[in-house]
Formats: sequence, C-alpha cells, structure tokens
Amino acid sequence: MRLKKRISAYTLAFAFASTTAAFAQQKAEVLHWWTSAGESASVKVFADQFTKAGGTWVDNAIAGGANARTAGINRMVGGNPPTMMQFNTGKQFDELVSNELVRDVEQQAKAGKWRELMPKPIVDATVRNGKFYAVPVNIHGQNWMFYNTKVFADAGLEVPKTFPELVATGEKLKAKGVIPIALGGQPNWEHNLFRAVVVGHGGADMFRKLYGARDQATVKSSKFKETVELFGKMRALVDPGSPGRNWNDATALVITNKAAMHFNGDWAKGEFIAAGQTAGKEYGCALVGEGGGKLVIGGDVFVFPVTKDKAQTATQDKLIEVLLDPTSQIEFNKKKGSIPVRMDVDVSSMDTCAQKSHAVLKDPANQVEAMEMLSTPNFSGAMQDAVTQYWNNANMTADAFIEKILGAMRDAS
Amino acid sequence: MSTVSLRAPSISPATAPPRRRLLTRLPAAFALLPTALIVLIVYIGCMLWTVRLSFTSSTLLPKLDWVGLAQYSRLFANDRFLTSAENIVIFGFLFISGCLILGFLLAVFIDQNVRGEGLFRTLFLYPYAMSFVVTGVAWQWFLNPGLGLQKLVRDMGFPNFTFDWLVNQDMAIYTIVIAGLWHGSGLTMAILLAGLRGVDNDLWKAARVDGVPTWRVYASIILPLLRPMIVTATVLLATGVVKLYDLVVAMTLGGPGIATEVPAKFVMDHLFERNNIALGTAAATIMLVAVISILAPWVYMKYVRREGRHA
Repeated sequence: MRLKKRISAYTLAFAFASTTAAFAQQKAEVLHWWTSAGESASVKVFADQFTKAGGTWVDNAIAGGANARTAGINRMVGGNPPTMMQFNTGKQFDELVSNELVRDVEQQAKAGKWRELMPKPIVDATVRNGKFYAVPVNIHGQNWMFYNTKVFADAGLEVPKTFPELVATGEKLKAKGVIPIALGGQPNWEHNLFRAVVVGHGGADMFRKLYGARDQATVKSSKFKETVELFGKMRALVDPGSPGRNWNDATALVITNKAAMHFNGDWAKGEFIAAGQTAGKEYGCALVGEGGGKLVIGGDVFVFPVTKDKAQTATQDKLIEVLLDPTSQIEFNKKKGSIPVRMDVDVSSMDTCAQKSHAVLKDPANQVEAMEMLSTPNFSGAMQDAVTQYWNNANMTADAFIEKILGAMRDAS
Repeated sequence: MSTVSLRAPSISPATAPPRRRLLTRLPAAFALLPTALIVLIVYIGCMLWTVRLSFTSSTLLPKLDWVGLAQYSRLFANDRFLTSAENIVIFGFLFISGCLILGFLLAVFIDQNVRGEGLFRTLFLYPYAMSFVVTGVAWQWFLNPGLGLQKLVRDMGFPNFTFDWLVNQDMAIYTIVIAGLWHGSGLTMAILLAGLRGVDNDLWKAARVDGVPTWRVYASIILPLLRPMIVTATVLLATGVVKLYDLVVAMTLGGPGIATEVPAKFVMDHLFERNNIALGTAAATIMLVAVISILAPWVYMKYVRREGRHA
C-alpha cells in the first residue's frame, strides 16, 4: 500500500514534469542589457511579436553590457545557456564561435538573402568562416553630431561641416558664452569623440588602418598628426565640468540651450525625444567631415547558444523569424533610435535623423565599420587609455600622444 | 590583546587517553570540515588559479599555455597600472592615517561627556552606513565645480573662489581620499570610543593627582592602552584600501584621464571588459604579492619569532 502510494506520487511528479516540458517548448529565455526606459520599450516590441507568434518570452535583462555578457558567457560555458543572447557587433563573441558554443544561422541567412539586404560592415561583423553566427537587428550610427538650432541661429553662425570649421566656430561660440561642445567626460565618450574626428578628418581608410591593421606608418603620417592636433584643439571647447559627466547629462546641455554641439551615437536621440523635441526643429543631426562625412556603424546582434534540445532549436528558429520581420524591424528601431538592419524596408515613417542615416548608408562608400568590429577589446581599451590621457592633459603634445598609440599597437594583444 | 592564537587549546595528553581525545575531537573536526574545504578550494584554489593564469596568454576564455613573464613586463610598461599603483599608495597612506587621526579626535571629543552624545555618535557613524557607490555619487555632485561647493561659494558672492580638485588631474585622487575619510572616520571613532570607555577611571584620577597635563595622558597612557583597537581599526581600513573600486567608479570613473585609476579597477576592466584575462590576473597577482609582503613581516613578528623565543 505504502509502496503503491509512493509509486503513484512518482508517476504524478513525472507526468507533471513532462507536461511542463511540453508547455516549455516555445519558451525563450532572452538575455540582454536593454534596461533603460527607451531600450526596454524597444525590446518589448520583439517580445510582443514573439508572443503573437505563439511563444513565451522570458525576459532576462541584466543592467550593464559587461555584466550581462559575463553572466551569459559563464552560463554557456557551464552548459546552461539562455535561448538567445544579445551582443554588440564585433569581436565580442569571436571566441564563442571558435569554441563552438553558438550555432550558425547560415541556412536562414541564405534563405532570407541577408548578404544582399544588409550593409557589408554589418555582414562582415556577423559572419565567421563564411557562415552567419548571429542575427543583426539594427544599425547604430556612432559619430553623429547633434546641434541646437536655436543656439546657432542666435549666434548667427553656420553649422560646421568639417573639423577645422568646427574648431573655428567653436571658438566664436565660446566667446559668446555658450559651451561649444557638450561632452560626457568619461574615457569611452572621449574615445568616441576621437574616433569621430579620425573618421571625419582622417577618413575611413585611416580609421581602418589605425584600429584594424594597426598600421604604424599611418600613425606616423603628417595627416594623422594634423588630425590629432585638431582633436587637441577641441580640448578647449568643452566646459570645466565635463570630466566624469554622464553622456545623458551632456545631451541635456544641448537640449537646454546651454551647449551648441554634442557628439554621440544615435541613441542620444532618445533624450531629445523624452524632452519633447523633434529632429530637424529644435535640434539637428549632422555628420562632420570632408566630403559630407562617413557614418561609423555598429549595432546589436543576437547569438543562439548551441543546445541539444530540439525544442529549443525550433524556438530559436522562430525567434530569428520574428527579429527580422519588417514590422518588428521598423517598430523596434523607432523606439531604439537606430535604423533597420534591412535596407529594403520603408523608413518614411521614421524621423529625419533616421531617414538621413538610411540615405547615407545607401552608398557603401559611406559605411565605416565601428571600432568594435575592427579591433580587439584589448587594443580598444589601450587606445582608450591613451586618448583619455591626451584629452585630459592640456600640456600633452600630439607627438607624445602618437608615441602612446604606437606603444599600444605594440603591446596590446 | 588582539592576538588570536592559532594553537589549539592544549589538552594535556596525560589526562585523556589518545582514543578518547580523538572521539571528542571528531565532531569538531566534522563541523569545521566544510569551512576548511571552502577555504582550501575557493580561496587558495582560486588564488593559485589566478597566479597560473597570469603566466598564460588567455584573452576572453582561460587558456593554459605558458608565456613566462610576458604579461608582467607588459604590466610594468603600462602607464595606467603604474598610476594605479602610485594612487593606491597615496590613498592607502592618507586614508588609514587620516581615519585614525580623525577617528581618534572624534572619539576623544565624544568621550568628554558632551551633551547629546548619542546624536553625535549617530551622526559620525552615519556615513559608514552608506555604500561606497552612494558616497561616491554624493561627493561627485558636491565637488563638481559647476554644481556643488564651488558654485555655491561663488553664488554667495566670491566669484574668484575655485575648488576644482575633482576635475584637476593632479588633485583628483585627493577627492577620493576626502570621500573615503568621510566614509571611514565614523567607524574608526566607534572602535576607538569603545576602547576609551574601557580605560579605568582610576588611571585618570592618578594622573590628575600627579598633575600630568591631559594631552600627555592621552599620548603616553591612553594611546598605548588603545593599541588593540588601533590595530583592529587599521586592519579593517586596510582591507578597504585593497578593495577600493566602487568609490572610484562612482566618483570619477578613473578620470580625469587616468588620474584616479586604482589596481582593483585595472583588474576588473581587463578581466571583464577588455577580454584580457592574462593581464588582469597578472595585476591581481601583483596585488596579492604586495599584500603578502606587507603582512609577512607582521605575521613573522607575531607568530614565528614568538614561537622561537619559547623554544
């Protein structure tokens, strides 16, 4: 009797476990670091679309990219991966591919003609050994200059188109008591500004040779020195309160008419939108540089950890469909501030900055892959250390800075 | 005294037969086993693993090759690490000595039987209840030239007042010290106050009869009596120095430039952001070696030499 009871308890438990397993078939656990208000609203687009398609979206948001990546990688190595996980385009997931921890999605890519629809830098950033190992979902431009239209109108100045112009205009603005450049004085934003100057003044080729090929001759060239000196002159165009400031506080200076210009990625649009401003009206966005400027692009991708569970693989397939569906692409990117990764969708419902971005990217010559795709995190970090030292020390010469870059090229793995 | 003896309480072998001794000790040994295992595997094991990894070329994932001292030569050619090392020495010295001096003065002040003692005690100890992150953010706002103290004084009618240490490369590390002192002095005060309260009143009476000036009593009698408390406070503060990370991240993020970088931040950045496990663990190993080389003479004095003398 007692034995019988126990057996039935076991069967019951077993049955229970197997039914939950059956329910869990279309359950997708998604690990990402989109935690700010705008970001979580945008990821909700994917979640809703997936739910509509009959799945269950389990949201696992971890604040901070580095934290989320560490948690996700540890779980993959430990054999308990999430269904889908966010990464940025670039080398962040290289070793996951070489250790066979994420699956390739080449089949879907071929069927969906991803190579034709997406800009080449984005394709290159996700393809390893000839196969797609991640699904790109958006394109972020990193070197936009946001400017306050009222400040420029009041000062009677034109919005600068090149960096030498920008330095001259900046000095005039400073004389009028306006902060010429609002900068979040943290090492990564200082580095972002530096990259904007390199790509704008030095050109896409210099940018690639610096971060990708680590070509010492380029760094020793006179053009590079000129670029570095221009960047050095911009040190005088930020306000004394800049060091340590958060990027969104810097954006706020432009929103509140205190500062004229602000270099940032298109994610800064979210701040303007939250303040009730419209692109092309209170603020504008421009690419500074010779020949109209190039756009440094990166974006977010999702990787799909290898799993033996067939149901999970099917769930992953469904997720891929949802991510690249034209409707989810438009709606997601409207909220995220980026533009759709598919160049074939109609962007006329998006704001002027997004349309400008889309138009610029139509010409492949304007597409410049972001540092994260060219360089290892280690070299990027060493460059960041060099840039922040140069930027914050007004007495440091361009030559000393160039020497530091050469050192970083030699030492960083 | 604060000496924690490492020797087991001696049960004289003559009174208990070896078998019974074993039996009485068995449960104790079992109870301690999990802790011992955790110490061995988690602490010592991870320590050895870290040291081992520092001799490899690991990047994102650990890799067990051997590159000798290559990472260490990189480390000592790295501006940022050298600045970090210098900063931790400056911070450590000023923070520990500053906390001890301020804490002692506060404790003496409270020990004068001031009115509202409870209020003051709470007030001084309150900062310690804050996390370093909150402390850092608060002091960042307070010291920001455009928002905090400097703007306040200028608005009060002193337009030339300048206090921009937070954004000044040469002075920024001292703002971290200031925030650290604000945070840590209260705890030091509480520990030393407990010590002061334990001083026998007769000592004071005797000193007064002899006409010894008060400062002299503090310097020559009270301070030596407080030695265990001072040691305790120093050890607690020193652990705070070694793990200094969150305060810097919240307050300056290592800036301006690399002016306020610290070793723990160097390790964290290289391990988790820059996919450079090898360099990060090399820096961690240097930190470990530094801590050991500071502790070793002390341990030697405390235990080894004393044992030697007994023999």
